[in-house]
Amino acid sequence: MTNIQDKIGKICPSAQFEEGDILLVIVPDTDWHSLALALRDDADLHFDYLSALIGMDWKDSMGCIYYLNNTATQEMISVKVITTDRENPMLHSVSDIWKVAIFQEREVFDMYGIKFINHPDMRRMFLRNDWVGYPLRKDYDANPELNPIRLTDEENEDDTFSIVEDEKGNIKEVKSKVFGDEEYIVNIGPQHPSTHGVMRFRTSVDGETVKKVDVVSGYIHRGIEKMCESMSYPQTLMFPDRMDYMSAHQNRHCLCMCIEKALGIEVPRRAQVIRVMMDELMRISSHLLSYGCTTMDMGATTAFFYGFREREKVLDIFDKTCGARMSLHYNVIGGVCADLHPDFAKDVKELCKILPSRLKEYHKLYTGNVIAQNRMKKVGVLSHEDAVNYAITGPSGRASGFSCDCRKKHPYSIYNELDFEEVIDNEAHGDSFTRYLLRLKEIEQSVKILEQLVDNIPEGEICAKVPKLIKLPAGHWYQQVEASRGTFGVYIESIGEKTPFRMHFQSPCFNLVGVMDLCCRNHMIADLITIGATLDFVIPDIDR
Amino acid sequence: MKYDDFNDNEYIEKLVAELKDAGTNVIVGKFDELINWGRSNSLWPLCFGTSCCAIEFMSLGAARYDMARFGFEVARNSPRQADYIMVQGTIVHRMAPVLRRLYEQLAEPKYVIACGGCAVSGGPFKNSYCVLPGVDKILPVDVYIPGCPPRPEAMFYGLMQLQRKIKVEKFFGGANRQEKTKEFFAEHPEMENQI
Repeated sequence: MTNIQDKIGKICPSAQFEEGDILLVIVPDTDWHSLALALRDDADLHFDYLSALIGMDWKDSMGCIYYLNNTATQEMISVKVITTDRENPMLHSVSDIWKVAIFQEREVFDMYGIKFINHPDMRRMFLRNDWVGYPLRKDYDANPELNPIRLTDEENEDDTFSIVEDEKGNIKEVKSKVFGDEEYIVNIGPQHPSTHGVMRFRTSVDGETVKKVDVVSGYIHRGIEKMCESMSYPQTLMFPDRMDYMSAHQNRHCLCMCIEKALGIEVPRRAQVIRVMMDELMRISSHLLSYGCTTMDMGATTAFFYGFREREKVLDIFDKTCGARMSLHYNVIGGVCADLHPDFAKDVKELCKILPSRLKEYHKLYTGNVIAQNRMKKVGVLSHEDAVNYAITGPSGRASGFSCDCRKKHPYSIYNELDFEEVIDNEAHGDSFTRYLLRLKEIEQSVKILEQLVDNIPEGEICAKVPKLIKLPAGHWYQQVEASRGTFGVYIESIGEKTPFRMHFQSPCFNLVGVMDLCCRNHMIADLITIGATLDFVIPDIDR
Repeated sequence: MKYDDFNDNEYIEKLVAELKDAGTNVIVGKFDELINWGRSNSLWPLCFGTSCCAIEFMSLGAARYDMARFGFEVARNSPRQADYIMVQGTIVHRMAPVLRRLYEQLAEPKYVIACGGCAVSGGPFKNSYCVLPGVDKILPVDVYIPGCPPRPEAMFYGLMQLQRKIKVEKFFGGANRQEKTKEFFAEHPEMENQI
């Protein structure tokens, strides 16, 4: 750590440091862009993966926190950049260094009004373009008269602007268009079953070939992060279940771990094991759903029924223990809320027994199909370099050869004791077919984990002793888990009250949708659907 | 499902009493019954899922629950081919005009089911800055299905309630659907001005 500190100190003498479980570097905005470039390109530092970008409002100042990751050594640092100008806040964009920041910075602009200098496209991300105010600011006026429910259609916003800085440091606003006058634009969504939710793609086509995809998001933006700020910690636990509802257990596990880390609570061994088992069951159910939807999108309706047949078995296990099929609310701060159902071990064993043969059936039914292969192989190729640059994690990232499994790279809970493999495509094909296949292979690994644990669930407490009124000490924490679709992160900043000062959810799907443009270019318009299906994003996770 | 197994029988009895108040013509009444029997047993939903409820709705369509047994044969993707819209999930400010537009595109006779806590009242997101507190603010709703998300069984219950409602409708002369829309706008004058 001191080594990194020295190096950064040499590159940028004005940087200040704050020790913690992750080193925090505070940099003035003027030096930020050059430091960022050095952080990525320096052979030793090599922070090539921007895992989180968090907008902040500290009342007297605003700014961003960046979590950077070295994909070779798995070292992490965080960087804080601040501006004190509340009227017209501006920061330097790093979207040219880490491409993932293109969308992430647009989100910060939408929520805080911070403009990013040299960002190519400064439009709002989630809210209507006639929205008044920036909701996540602490002085946001929530008066419903300012933003009533409008039933008038939104104007298509083709005009965008960027703040450009020339060599002398002069700043000026440059207007530009998203699509040119000559382009033919087809609108896909927001109500379209193959976009897997309410996502809208404005697609410029030449004949049937896709030339550009403009992602219009926010049709299910519910303002979860703002609501968290007025809720107590146990109350906030209900939100992760409703963001990526196909990773409900993992997401909630992440938030619980983050709060437990802040409070210094040790979770009993039994609860740890139960949590991990539930996470893996959730992963299986998610991948089965993904299989079903991918196949259905390509017209194989029968295969969909097969995927759902096994998924119902997983849901039965959840139903018995958690009391619900979805929105499970099983993890609580300190452990889990209820003990396992007596049938749990039996049911899990039964599931583990049938799954391998069922997977074979899936392959027979669909994977070998000529049409399926033609529609997926060499379609929507994402290179390893782009996967890292766009922070594509989860099965989609691993299909491009990006080794990013959080269970291996930043082990949490009891994952470091378990014997399983990170499923990764070493040849980095990165096409739709590899992504599809990788998910089915991951089910096998999850079964392997379940088999190891099902006979070894220790006796004991299911929940640690937790104070009745949960107040986090002042400070900030970041926690990651491997959700079904990639690395899910939770950032909490507290000022010692019973409500969080800021709670940010770093969702994997937000990054996934960011590569739609890149992957779909020069493919057929029908391939847009398969690429979207194999990237497998969940829209409420994107919009939050 | 047997008649006595439903919970809100008073409501449907009241509805029948109101409709029969004016008396029914024998021939037209029989036609009504025939048409309603046919319509209530072939209700095609419009795919409109914004979040978790949509996944449960997919389970409803899959083999285990199989909604086709009851006549909800296939979910249609175009409002022109659907009989009712089942709003599954939160509706936010950006989505509201889109939902309203979809409702207008549905061919008459059309029905709305608010499925899940979010569609009923805003649910857990009621206090958010950009969530619509219930779709009944912008659409006339026929059936509410609470739950977060409702279990498939609960969805069936709601769908069957809609069938019952359709079965007692007067197709000839009795039901004036334009009036229903007018009544709704009389109650929500602020919405009409915007369209």
